[in-house]
Amino acid sequence: MRTVFKTSYDADIDLFKHGAQRNWYILLLVAALLLPFVLSEFALGEMTNLLIWSIACMGLMLLVGQTGQPSLGHAAFLAVGCYANVLLQERLGLPFILSFPLAGLIAGVAGALIARPMTRLHGVYLAIGTLALAILTDDLIVLATPLTNGVMGLFAPDIQIFGYGFNRYGNPIRLYLLILAITVAVVLVYRNIQRSPLGRSFAAIRDSEISAQAMGVNVARTKAIAFGISAGITGLAGALIGHYAGIFNNETFNVILSIQLLLAVVIGGLGTIHGAFFGAAVVALLPQAIAISRDLLGKVMGGGTIAIPGLEAAVFGAILIAFILFEPQGIYGRWFKIRTFFELFPFYRRDMFRRQKSYLKTERMR
Amino acid sequence: MDVLQLLVSGLANGCVYGLVAMGFVLIYKATEAVNFAQGDFMMLGAFICLGLTNPQFMGLPFWVSVPVAIAIMGVFGYALDLVVLRRMSGQSQIAVIILTIALGFVLRFVAGLIWGHEPISLASPIAGKDIRLGGVVLGMDEIMVIGVTLAMTIALYFYFNRTKLGVAMQASSQNQLAAYYMGIPVKRIQSLIWALAGMVAAVAGILFASKGSIDPSIGLLGIKSFAAAVIGGFGSLPGALLGGVIVGLIEPFASRYIAAGYAQIMPYLLLFVILIFRPHGILAQVHQKKV
Amino acid sequence: MSLLEIDNVTLRFGGVTAVNQVSFNVEEGEVFALVGPNGAGKSTLFNLISRIYNPAEGDIRFDGKSILDKAPHEIAPLGIARTFQNIELFEQATVMQNLLVGRHRHRKSNMWSELLFTPYVRTEERRHRAAIEKVIDFLDLQAYREKYIAGLPYGVRKVVEMGRALAIEPRLLLLDEPASGLSVEETQDVAFWVEDIKKQMGITVIMVEHDMHLVSSVSDRVLALADGKMLSLGKPHEVQNDPRVIEAYIGASDQNAEVSA
Repeated sequence: MRTVFKTSYDADIDLFKHGAQRNWYILLLVAALLLPFVLSEFALGEMTNLLIWSIACMGLMLLVGQTGQPSLGHAAFLAVGCYANVLLQERLGLPFILSFPLAGLIAGVAGALIARPMTRLHGVYLAIGTLALAILTDDLIVLATPLTNGVMGLFAPDIQIFGYGFNRYGNPIRLYLLILAITVAVVLVYRNIQRSPLGRSFAAIRDSEISAQAMGVNVARTKAIAFGISAGITGLAGALIGHYAGIFNNETFNVILSIQLLLAVVIGGLGTIHGAFFGAAVVALLPQAIAISRDLLGKVMGGGTIAIPGLEAAVFGAILIAFILFEPQGIYGRWFKIRTFFELFPFYRRDMFRRQKSYLKTERMR
Repeated sequence: MDVLQLLVSGLANGCVYGLVAMGFVLIYKATEAVNFAQGDFMMLGAFICLGLTNPQFMGLPFWVSVPVAIAIMGVFGYALDLVVLRRMSGQSQIAVIILTIALGFVLRFVAGLIWGHEPISLASPIAGKDIRLGGVVLGMDEIMVIGVTLAMTIALYFYFNRTKLGVAMQASSQNQLAAYYMGIPVKRIQSLIWALAGMVAAVAGILFASKGSIDPSIGLLGIKSFAAAVIGGFGSLPGALLGGVIVGLIEPFASRYIAAGYAQIMPYLLLFVILIFRPHGILAQVHQKKV
Repeated sequence: MSLLEIDNVTLRFGGVTAVNQVSFNVEEGEVFALVGPNGAGKSTLFNLISRIYNPAEGDIRFDGKSILDKAPHEIAPLGIARTFQNIELFEQATVMQNLLVGRHRHRKSNMWSELLFTPYVRTEERRHRAAIEKVIDFLDLQAYREKYIAGLPYGVRKVVEMGRALAIEPRLLLLDEPASGLSVEETQDVAFWVEDIKKQMGITVIMVEHDMHLVSSVSDRVLALADGKMLSLGKPHEVQNDPRVIEAYIGASDQNAEVSA
């Protein structure tokens, strides 16, 4: 394990813990930039999808992992971002470069407004409240048909920035690079939150509201800010989903999507940026992985490919159950253990990360 | 006239919601976990009964398959706690919520695999029979749903408040370790409560199936029942039934008197109103932590 | 004018009167101790000052101004810091991060500059860390700086919580049972620290404590409470020898009675 000798306060404040860590992340970024030259167009499209999911997961992670407020209704903010972006372009004729950040802002404001009643709730009540939000979104889109075109859906125009077009099929490399840039920007903002007083007040609320309050943290306001930023980032992802999918309607943003998003951050590992990416990778790549394994299985068994409805959700559910039971820290937790194993080799002990036995005490006391 | 029929069918729907809501409340009261798969338990119970009864599957007599289905769901609930949920002891409420949501996905898939995704009707002897009271035609199925639900609620209420085991179940949720030291077999009690919830879900499922055709996605009805449980006051059995009935009634009347599209959203709007004014439900169960 | 004035405060929970017409003043620069059997209303008084509870009657004034119109999160900015009886630290964060949350009162940067992490935010962060360093030095927490609270022993947690309260740079510090569950040596440390907090930092301290030895060695004045009512107020030895106090402890046959001179 590396020991870092800190010689200035900046060692704690900087983005990276040490030079080697910085180099690894630069290497990762270079690899991401080189992907278009390696991957096929189809695979690149999948990577683009993964990045969009990562943005959405980071949005939700900020709320669930950092602030400790579970939301089962984040598809609502995906929808707000998506519709706002397209409507701003179509109805008001705004260019993408304006409509995109505005869509994030609108989703953020919506989140902060909804947060006021929502964040007075705890645990189960917050879960059901946000779940109701997700269900209402679906119905509200239909009720607002004049604006949203209801079940018929809307078409998203191609992204145009200064005359350059970005289309999933026309210029996939450009679209990938654009979304990669947005992803990196979101990661930076996330890191900035983590290392500033704002992020610490989020963590304070997650761990003990009563003592956060005693430290002078305005709990209601901070939760509203967390909801707002989280919804804003999620809204940006929503806008990108619209452009990526090309067409969308109320069904695109149903309850299952909200639930999937929450499940993704849990599988990935709560409270870390890594976790958001791992979770996104599982959700985004699972359908393809299942399709491929089904084809393989079909060939081995000699039969054709069989379509089994609900298989995707079931496999996803099974993976999740396995993780909650055996690795509650998610993929990130597992990765962290493996990394520690190699760093300490051969001194890693099996009980190093053993969980303490714990007993349930009522959560009705807050 | 019309209003009366609307009332009775709404009441019957509400009773099913209420029964599923009671499943939530049972588990919540005793283990403080929230079983988001309760709706899927109901679906599974309905399908097991259907699988035993319908001629294209096992073809057993209805009155044999009903107790068998209830028993199977009881064993299923017990086993689920034994194998899966016992490991979750001490983890946060939200982890259990997520686990049970995932479980719901899996259950829906399994049911679809066995019984298919096409709607099927249960071959119930009471389906399609009517009772005529004056000029009003009431479905026999609806009357039965209401009657059985009332009986179940009363029985469960007394069980929880008057019997030793019922009180022990409540005690074990407040503080597991303390309950354990007091000689309450916490683990077995938790498994029993899951068995009970499975049985209640089976009853709800059979009643639901006797009113119309079913498919694996009816498990999503659990979400509405959950809203009902919160509206009525999480943690109270009669409250759960009350919430279920409110939701059951508000739906047909909203679609009748406002607009068809509003039937779906009314329960959730009501839920929001209640959550805003009573953040912890009508019968508050959350108290400020002592510091 | 006294720093803190508790003026005829009463608090009822349903039929129980937890605090019954309690009045006392705490002067700037003194160490004031609250003693009494369990359920006497000591921690409840702290919760009243923290604005977690609302008194039914009476007034609480800090620096001459009533604090009853303040929300709970507006108390720390006034310069009132506290610790909790059962330790309420941020478990999933490091000692450093916990102490930094204590600096929240001194936060000057706003949300947007923090999202972009402007150079000003960095300057502020350095300033906060320099201030925290003093607390770490004072309480000897160097070894635990980067450790997560969840893995720390009980004694260290108690110290971290005191540190977090000091990071607020308060004028008034409320310590809720700072020595409960600590070893003799650790209690000794607490005694020295309270002394230094008063003398070096000039912070007024109100302390709830059962350990009468600690109370009599550090406090200037002691208030004994029982069943929410004031029993006796005065110098430590006066209160200890007050027949009503002895009666309350022995009469209540409370297992926490530690009235030993």
